[in-house]
Amino acid sequence: MWEIGLGHYLTVAAILFTIGIFGIFLNRKNVIIILMSVELMLLAVNINFVAFSWALQDLVGQIFTMFVLTVAAAEAAIGLAILVIYFRNRGSIEVEDINVMKG
Amino acid sequence: MVVQALAFYAFAAVLISAGIMVVVSKNPVHSVLFLILCFFNAAGLFVMMGAEFLAMILVIVYVGAVAVLFLFVVMMLDVNFTELREGFARYLPIGLVIGVVLLIELIVLVSGAIPIGKASGPVAKAIAKQPSGHNTEMIGRLLYTDYFYLFQAAGMVLLVAMIGAIVLTHRRRDGVRRQSIAKQTARKSSESIRVVDVKPGEGL
Repeated sequence: MWEIGLGHYLTVAAILFTIGIFGIFLNRKNVIIILMSVELMLLAVNINFVAFSWALQDLVGQIFTMFVLTVAAAEAAIGLAILVIYFRNRGSIEVEDINVMKG
Repeated sequence: MVVQALAFYAFAAVLISAGIMVVVSKNPVHSVLFLILCFFNAAGLFVMMGAEFLAMILVIVYVGAVAVLFLFVVMMLDVNFTELREGFARYLPIGLVIGVVLLIELIVLVSGAIPIGKASGPVAKAIAKQPSGHNTEMIGRLLYTDYFYLFQAAGMVLLVAMIGAIVLTHRRRDGVRRQSIAKQTARKSSESIRVVDVKPGEGL
């Protein structure tokens, strides 16, 4: 209980990841919340990386976390840009409206 | 040890409850603010694990840039967010089922005695040789030597993302006077200057 080990951090990351998936299912219409849920899941993955880096005394996990952060920032920027032009064209951000390209 | 455990439980509890609030909050602005709280608490956990540099990166890059970007977009889009909440109750059962199943799987996996050895691999040995560096210093040494090409590639990813975001959101509006560099450089003095011989006492 008072000895914090790897398992504690992995459990927190697992709960956070589950919350992210839960958020994607729960907010099927709101793209902004879905993007935020993806950010939560990436944060959970980062906690896993850092926890293993700490447990194994190997810094490569932290290096990888930096790359995950980079890609996540790029993803957020592009995703929000797409969201803005989608809203400009359609006047809504409902996910269920995004079926124009469906054959 | 007890203080460390208390700090861990505090950070973890706030992190998870803020994560839940991100997902279930009615107002997206509140969601973004809870996301910021999440990042702060994750940074606290990172500090507890000795990853100070990443904790600071998380606070500066994530809270300072990404979360504020989310906030801007939420405030910029004039969307009726109550309409977007429809179907919330419809998807609640399936979301709960999938979430609980996944959580049980992950926790069984975590608790199932993962064998954790001591440091292994060439990089870990290289680090173990110099145990006297700060976290930031060690990350710098590793990043600018072994992972230099990946570091450059990460820079390219950011560049492409920046150009992509600009190209996507840029729009050309009518009625805006824009600078035409081709027209400016093609201008000659013979076309633009006229020498007029004005007689004294008369205007043009």
